[in-house]
Amino acid sequence: MDKALETIFSQFEGKREEIIPILQKVQEEYTYLPEHLMEEIADFTHVPGSDIYGVATFYAQFRFTPTGDKIVSVCRGTACHVRGAPAIYEEITDQLGLEGEGTTEDQKYTVETVACVGCCALAPVITINEEVHGDLTKKKVRKLLKKEGRKNGR
Amino acid sequence: MEDKKRTILICRGTGCESAKSPQIQAALEEKVQGLNVEVKFTGCHGMCQQGPIVVVEPEDIFYAHVKLRDVPKIVESHIKNDEVVERLVYEDPTTKEKIPTYHDIPFYKRQKRLVLRNCGQIDPENIDDALARDSYAGLGEALKMEPVEIVAEVKKSGLRGRGGGGFPTGLKWEFTQKAAGDVKYVLCNADEGDPGAFMDRSVLEGDPHAVLEGMIIAGFAISAKQGYIYCRAEYPLAIKRLQIAIEQAREHGYLGKDILGSGFDFDIEIFHGAGAFVCGEETALITSIEGNRGMPRNRPPYPANEGLYGKPTLLNNVKTYANIPLIITNGSGWFADIGTENSKGTAVFALTGKIANSGLIEVPMGVTLREIIYDIGGGILDSKEFKAVQTGGPSGGCLPESFLDTPVDYDSLIEAGSMMGSGGMVVMDEDTCMVDVARYFLDFTEKESCGKCVPCRIGTKQMLTILEDIVEGRGKPGDIDRLEELAHGIKIGSLCGLGQTAPNPVLTTIRYFRDEYEAHIYDNACPAKQCKEFISYHIVDSCIGCGLCRRNCPVDAITGEQKELHHIDQELCIQCGECYEVCPPKVFSIEIHTGEKSTEPEPVLQVVTG
Repeated sequence: MDKALETIFSQFEGKREEIIPILQKVQEEYTYLPEHLMEEIADFTHVPGSDIYGVATFYAQFRFTPTGDKIVSVCRGTACHVRGAPAIYEEITDQLGLEGEGTTEDQKYTVETVACVGCCALAPVITINEEVHGDLTKKKVRKLLKKEGRKNGR
Repeated sequence: MEDKKRTILICRGTGCESAKSPQIQAALEEKVQGLNVEVKFTGCHGMCQQGPIVVVEPEDIFYAHVKLRDVPKIVESHIKNDEVVERLVYEDPTTKEKIPTYHDIPFYKRQKRLVLRNCGQIDPENIDDALARDSYAGLGEALKMEPVEIVAEVKKSGLRGRGGGGFPTGLKWEFTQKAAGDVKYVLCNADEGDPGAFMDRSVLEGDPHAVLEGMIIAGFAISAKQGYIYCRAEYPLAIKRLQIAIEQAREHGYLGKDILGSGFDFDIEIFHGAGAFVCGEETALITSIEGNRGMPRNRPPYPANEGLYGKPTLLNNVKTYANIPLIITNGSGWFADIGTENSKGTAVFALTGKIANSGLIEVPMGVTLREIIYDIGGGILDSKEFKAVQTGGPSGGCLPESFLDTPVDYDSLIEAGSMMGSGGMVVMDEDTCMVDVARYFLDFTEKESCGKCVPCRIGTKQMLTILEDIVEGRGKPGDIDRLEELAHGIKIGSLCGLGQTAPNPVLTTIRYFRDEYEAHIYDNACPAKQCKEFISYHIVDSCIGCGLCRRNCPVDAITGEQKELHHIDQELCIQCGECYEVCPPKVFSIEIHTGEKSTEPEPVLQVVTG
């Protein structure tokens, strides 16, 4: 078995109610949930693999493909929406050359939308990894991405 | 004045942290070495927009938008020479008046901060700070009472669930207390999934001990030994501070075995929610902790009788628990004196959107929406016209100007077609398209529907399709009726609150802003000038030919010589709004028109026979 997975399992007893915490630890380690590990989690928790997959797909937090080095989460909360989040989202995907949510070809960025970061007073907001950036305009987004080491201006 | 002991408080809520407040704290700590000054950080003050916030006590001076480079100035001028740094004091965004002292700021003056009593005042990672402000005093008193007395106090206080539904808290406690069983659980719902709401996050980040204390009292009242806080994983800072608070409470004997020598054992664990809005529903939350897909189930049995692992379970919202210590310490009568006949205590709102003072506020139940929006919120941003206020998140509704004098309490808001919800309050102005808002919420609920009930799963999808058609110019006569019919079906055919309330944003916008729906469908117009399909950008004569718009246009639709009137080619324009954004405010020569696009005549189908 994978060494890292072994370490994760050692923190649990293998009970059904531990499935979500286990999946969270696995994702923290691998940035996503690799398919081959799902079977191992199933064996460990004595739950059919289909159930593990069912739980994993139900929750927005879990991913099934590897992420880029940086995760850009665009808040689509109400406050952000009325203060221009759709334009911010468009600008970010445009700048990174993405059609929508997803990972750039060079594996540097993953763009996703999240329901609400809870920083509504700073709307519109994005987070890059866990760092919050607020009060954004398209211009600030361009500056920010440039600063993040990416130049894709027109 | 070297001897005066001062305390400098730096806000480190998520908002201020994003604006580098930890670095400001470090710089201040370095600068004040050797002076009689204590530097400490606090949770959220609620005015995140003004962040980073630095407060100097005992003078009660409130500095806003503090930058790292302002640190030497604050220390040199204020701390060493008793001169307040005028430039950094709070400036009222509407009147432009400088207001140096914290408690004179209108935003705070009109509030009554009970649940938020310690937010912004204490260091949330230091239990001694909380203890200095009477944290766990309520627990001490509760442990001397009989469990039935505690439940009776909570009942008499009139406290109702702060998660939004407004079920009487005391009744819930009584049911769980009376339920048969040796093993019982106390759960705290911190899965604040409503978009546009951050009350629970701020309480958890600013005063985690208040929530723990409420839960421990609840555990004692219903004879539970274990509590869980279901907190969404999107709130890493809240989880971190809760974890620290739990450890410190254990060290001080407020959690664990034989709490304060009473013989009562109780402990709390945090469960990290994995991102499903429906898990805010109690049965879904419980099944999620058990390791399943978070789908609601039929009630009864209610969690009070059969909850987590089939055991009697008490589930309350973060703010409900935070109210409990106050009720025990000050008595149910004190609490019942605040608020209205049927809604006691205070309401905490995350006031956001197109409002001058965005932030977290707490007011006695019964104040009007107008007082909140204008007196506390300072009115609409950029002197625009108020259009609607949205409460209750995806389960609530949008209320127009004629409802501004509605008192804020559970029953009045439901009567108006909205609901209290857990506390999101989003203000919308003339530039907000109400059909788009309805589409936005349906897009949210459609994605978050767990899929168990067909009317919710398929109905929200259908409603969303119709709304998308309307905002994208494919609206048809009869669409409004179809929306209403679907809404009715979803409301009566869904098991849980998500489905039962999902149509509310659509129903209230139809009820109060029907003209906007009709404008989209019949006149090819978006009155708020937001829906791309219905608008066009035009450059008017005031153009000075600076060329900014031309250079920024992503599709080269703008032409014109330097210093001459520019022109937008409507065939090429993609309505991205870039030109509108870059046109210098003094020139302001770009206009948005709507309702001008001629409709393509419908192709006439001819049936030829014979």
